[in-house]
Amino acid sequence: MLTLVGILVVVVGFALRLNALLVVTVAGLATGLASGLGPVEVVSAFGKAFVESRYVAIVWMVLPVIGLLERAGLKERARAVIAGIPAATTGRVLMIYFAIRQVTAALGLTSLGGHAQMVRPLVAPMAEGAAEHRFGEIPEQTRNRIRAHSAAVDNVAVFFGEDIFIAIGSILLIKGFLEQNGIHVEPTHLALWAVPTALSAWLIHNTRLVLLDRSLKRELAPRTAAGSTAAPTTDSTTAPSTDPTGPTTGPAAGPTTEDAA
Amino acid sequence: MIRLEHVYVVMGLLLVGVSVVNARDASNRRRWNNAIFWGLYAITFLVGSRIPHFASGCLVIGMVLVASIGRLGQGTRESRTPAEREVSAARLGNRLFVPALTIPAVTLLGTFTLKHLSVNGVPLVDPAQITIISLALATIVALVVGMVMLRAPIAAPIQEGRRLFDAVGWAAVLPQMLAALGALFAVAGVGKVVADLAGRWLPLGSPFAAVVTYTVGMALFTMIMGNAFAAFPVMTAGIALPLIMTRFGGDVVVMSAVGMLSGFCGTLMTPMAANYNIVPAALLELPDEYAVIRVQIPTGVLLLAVNTVIMYLFVYRH
Repeated sequence: MLTLVGILVVVVGFALRLNALLVVTVAGLATGLASGLGPVEVVSAFGKAFVESRYVAIVWMVLPVIGLLERAGLKERARAVIAGIPAATTGRVLMIYFAIRQVTAALGLTSLGGHAQMVRPLVAPMAEGAAEHRFGEIPEQTRNRIRAHSAAVDNVAVFFGEDIFIAIGSILLIKGFLEQNGIHVEPTHLALWAVPTALSAWLIHNTRLVLLDRSLKRELAPRTAAGSTAAPTTDSTTAPSTDPTGPTTGPAAGPTTEDAA
Repeated sequence: MIRLEHVYVVMGLLLVGVSVVNARDASNRRRWNNAIFWGLYAITFLVGSRIPHFASGCLVIGMVLVASIGRLGQGTRESRTPAEREVSAARLGNRLFVPALTIPAVTLLGTFTLKHLSVNGVPLVDPAQITIISLALATIVALVVGMVMLRAPIAAPIQEGRRLFDAVGWAAVLPQMLAALGALFAVAGVGKVVADLAGRWLPLGSPFAAVVTYTVGMALFTMIMGNAFAAFPVMTAGIALPLIMTRFGGDVVVMSAVGMLSGFCGTLMTPMAANYNIVPAALLELPDEYAVIRVQIPTGVLLLAVNTVIMYLFVYRH
């Protein structure tokens, strides 16, 4: 039972919103000590695992390029492009990115995306730009909510697209694990059974993006019309609370008409 | 042969640059903390493979102390005003997208072509690391394209990269830290203890209860471990194989495929999956570090319910 002390540290630490880096380090050291390793061994095990997973950080090599392009106005340009498309809304921009990301991931092209390469420089500015073009200046809270949705689209689309590709890590892991247990399965069959979930993920998340568009319109359109400064109600919690209405609307019933200009 | 080690050296040098620029930035009150943090990180890339693991561990603990107790700051100087950027954006137009799109394009090209290239029978690139090396090469190509196109000052990439590194801050290191925690969990046998507890305390008497326990268990254990790959072997060996498959005669393909995807629903809802959930919040400069998780929870919960239904409907019919 003492082995679980690390999990306790993590849960309490994250709940209290302590510095995550510190929480994880303390959890790791505590777990190691609880399992009977000496202090030097624990620090060594930690160092070894850290050094061996340096490849995770290689994605940060894109930051100088992205920074350079931002300096030259990349985000501004992404916004301007979206402003030139009258039909563009935040939800639709994100739906298009969702489709591209999920389909390419299903073809095994998971590197066509990512938060550093695509979301920060292109997707988020476009999603924000669509809202700005429609509603004028948008409040900081709303901007942050749109950004969080942009990051979420990247995650949901890639998670529930990549498993349709037979050579992806998770399929290979399942196959390898089952083989160790003396069971042989075909990767193509595993991939096939990822399809129903992929379609459900698409339906659920796109419905939420339709609802996001509606909620943005509700929140921002009256403000521009009346010129009042009516403070929008608190933020990211609105999306969850509107969800129960999801099944009755569906993406087909999207706000295709009478969008307030 | 180009190996991961070469990429690490480039990354290390980049971090040295970030550290130096930070040290010289008087607009940041905590500039020395930033300089030390990125400097220590740089050392783990430059010599991490050659120094004892204990030394690496000490470097990491040093970084944690600087970031948590010392705290990192951010420079306030912007290299260009928003107005200047607007002018530049209007002048360059859509050409600005070229270097940005070069990154995914060259990464893809690399993953498909590099494995076929060899010099005197030796592969040009370590075949086991094609994707990551392709990404690294793609960023270098994109940087060259960008520099030529923009005629930017030679120090601009480091200056601008520094700005983004500081915006992300210590969250940049969190995914690696969690990988280290996962390794210690594995050494300590945390997974086995959790599976034993689950087996002992949960209602597993009916085929439906077994499915629910497995899908929800995959999601919850993934939330704890931050990774469905770590949860899958534990939960599948502990619950799915003995109960759903052996006792109730379920189909192993449906069970494992949908089981893994239930784990992915957990990934959407946990700060432990830092590179998907915490890092983007930092990268997009959101004040709430859990903002992305909050947006993802409704999709995660609904999709977990859908997965449970899919598994129950199809796993027992064949």
